Amino acid sequence: MTSSVRQQLLISGVGGQGVLFVTRLLAEAAIAKGLPVFTCETHGMAQRGGTVVSHLKVGDYHSPLVRAGQADGLLVLKSENLDQHSVFLKPGGWVVVNAGRNETVSVPGTAFALDADRLARDAGNAKSLNLIVLGYALSVSERMKTSRSRLFCTLADVEDVLKNSFKSKDTQAAAFLAAVKIGYSALTA
Amino acid sequence: MSGRRLLLGNEAMARGLVENGCRMATSYPGTPASEILSAVAQFKLAEKLTMHVQWAVNEKIALEIAYAGCMTGLRTAVSMKQVGLNVASDPFMSAAYMGVKGGFILISADDPGPHSSQTEQDSRMVAMTAKVPVLDPDSPRQAKEMIGAAYALSEAFRTPVMLRPTTRVCHSRQDIELLPVAAAAGIEAKFDRDPARWAATPKFRHKLHLELEEKLAAIAAYAPTAPVRLNPEASARKAVVAAGVAAAHAREILQELGIWKKVALYQVRQPFPLHIAFIEHLLGAYRDILVLEETAGVIEMQLADRRRVKGKQSGTVPRVGELTPERIQALLGDFAGIRTRTVTVAGAPGRRPTLCAGCPHRASFFAIKKAAPRGIYTSDIGCYTLGMNLGAVDTVLCMGAAITQAAGFYHAFRRAKKPPDIVATIGDSTFFHAGIPALIDAVVQRVKFTLVILDNRTTGMTGNQPTPASGFGVCGEPLEAVDLESLVRGCGVTYCRTGDPYQLKDFIALTKEAVAHGRENGPAVLISRHPCILDRARKGERSAFVAVEVSDRCNGCGFCIKNFECPALIHHTEDKDHRRTTIDSALCAGCGVCLQVCPRGAFRTKKMR
Ligand code: SF4
Ligand code: SF4
Repeated sequence: MTSSVRQQLLISGVGGQGVLFVTRLLAEAAIAKGLPVFTCETHGMAQRGGTVVSHLKVGDYHSPLVRAGQADGLLVLKSENLDQHSVFLKPGGWVVVNAGRNETVSVPGTAFALDADRLARDAGNAKSLNLIVLGYALSVSERMKTSRSRLFCTLADVEDVLKNSFKSKDTQAAAFLAAVKIGYSALTA
Repeated sequence: MSGRRLLLGNEAMARGLVENGCRMATSYPGTPASEILSAVAQFKLAEKLTMHVQWAVNEKIALEIAYAGCMTGLRTAVSMKQVGLNVASDPFMSAAYMGVKGGFILISADDPGPHSSQTEQDSRMVAMTAKVPVLDPDSPRQAKEMIGAAYALSEAFRTPVMLRPTTRVCHSRQDIELLPVAAAAGIEAKFDRDPARWAATPKFRHKLHLELEEKLAAIAAYAPTAPVRLNPEASARKAVVAAGVAAAHAREILQELGIWKKVALYQVRQPFPLHIAFIEHLLGAYRDILVLEETAGVIEMQLADRRRVKGKQSGTVPRVGELTPERIQALLGDFAGIRTRTVTVAGAPGRRPTLCAGCPHRASFFAIKKAAPRGIYTSDIGCYTLGMNLGAVDTVLCMGAAITQAAGFYHAFRRAKKPPDIVATIGDSTFFHAGIPALIDAVVQRVKFTLVILDNRTTGMTGNQPTPASGFGVCGEPLEAVDLESLVRGCGVTYCRTGDPYQLKDFIALTKEAVAHGRENGPAVLISRHPCILDRARKGERSAFVAVEVSDRCNGCGFCIKNFECPALIHHTEDKDHRRTTIDSALCAGCGVCLQVCPRGAFRTKKMR
């Protein structure tokens, strides 16, 4: 299969935040769109609250890892990880980060910050912050000027995956989608 | 089941097994190999396959069961992590001599980094010692394909075959085509008596060893697993030889650096035995050769003339740590003589892992420190290694060593004026795996120590696999359950008590009693029983939620933070005059154990509004 899409992303957070789930959602979205996909995940002891990072490459790739300076975008669920992971961003790349209001975020590219912890708490499900960040990234992506920097998938693609690819119960899929939409509409709110 | 699916490397290998008619698969969980067997079980259930799938008590047992299966002509497989292979190496070495009848694959997953292991050892070296061929996949997709190749190789030469994925293969996901599962029902188990082979005495072993050497020579000329040239279009005097994930990185990086046509790139799929014709070609055709492989220089050491070879021996390629894409980029750039923008990924420590909020181990460790404040704490492999954060773990060597190291310390301090209390901690699964002979030895030698078995009814660290006490198997099928107390008593221990660490006050008293007994009378065993909260959550079970709050009795001394370290406790120290501790309700599991931790009694149950 040949495809022109080539996109490299990093999803970073700490164990228990749902980094793996977001990674899988995006990877399934790629598959549903007929795109080749490669991810690499952190398992094992780090999943007990340690630093966790996933690499995601959509398009024709051989290596499962994103090289430093090559990521088109970063999804950061814990802002303290920026110290460690912003080196992966390519010049001019974007970062979507879960950060409190008073935090200053400095990265080599363009940063979009959102207090997903607060939004998640307000929505009554602290665990949904991962999907809120994802939703926010989807909306940020739509507003990007060049199509090359946009995410390979849209809200509609993620919605399809939640409805079709995951064998989750309907109510669960609805709850997931609601969380994604909270993040998605955060920009206009 | 067909079509393109997103599969984890471990699931891809599992799929390869069922597609190739594997009839028996065994394993003991260990990161990064754990998901292989659970995925086999899922495919078995989904496709209604006739096969035996089981978690074994340890890797040696797993290997022996699957090996005996292949002696009857069936295709079988065993999977484990690299340090598990140390445990299984005894039967493995011998199996190499005796050979196989049905195809037999040992999957040993290595962990360069290391990310989740005690060592960075290279299983391919063990394959070399055993004189068994080994295949080294570069991706989930190739790992799946190599299962078929490994069975063919195994049956063609009647030898066990090792498949050696690394963490980056096991824990990558890729879109993979599912093929139909093989109709393996045709083959029935049949055992041909042949004591000269299956029960060979040293005299016959000599003959078997000769046979083995002949096999190896033939395998080093076996076409289907020979190295491949990935860029035939390049004409060059320099060659890069890469295997496993390093080959995948190299393939991508050479293209991105624009030197795809400047250096020849070979991928070695079978690092041992390395193909003789390839060695000759390589050394004849190229002026400079760079070898990229993880983690030892297995390919490199088989290249007879090393003067033109750059690798681990020459000090060019790092011998320690993962060959990350950044490292490979710098190596390839230097080798091709071009300048690359070197970006180093700082080895930032990141956040350290910790026991989950509400983990029963935390309470056990708190009690142990109360009961034996100046003790020596030997511990073992599992989540509870994280007891280190609490200052309640002094040593971790390998599976089962908590007990033997306790014994070693006891013998060493025996003549000391005031020997220290020795408290060993071991998880239930680890106790079954390697703790039982150790405990028997301690009983016989009258070792005065206390063993706390952290019985959370599951194998926690690796994703909640059942233990021999669970009463069910990998497919959820009902099995016999071994009673831990009877087992401990059966080892000859006369003092064995059981308690619930969530009842912290009572549990501290119980621990003190056990330590006092252990100090005076020899092995005292305390079983600390409370289910893993993650396991319960996974099964959709819940226990009563104790809503806790911190009252203004808290003066922010930080005792609870330092000595109890629940991740749901937040210490506020920004304002020196108003230090205090609060609870992060998003993380709190409602275990209520902290109620009994604060010396000032600042924690209290929340009044219901
Ligand atoms: S809750 Fe108790 S132990 Fe923790 S900081 Fe406050 S006073 Fe100290
Ligand atoms: S109740 Fe206390 S010890 Fe238990 S999880 Fe919550 S804060 Fe931690």
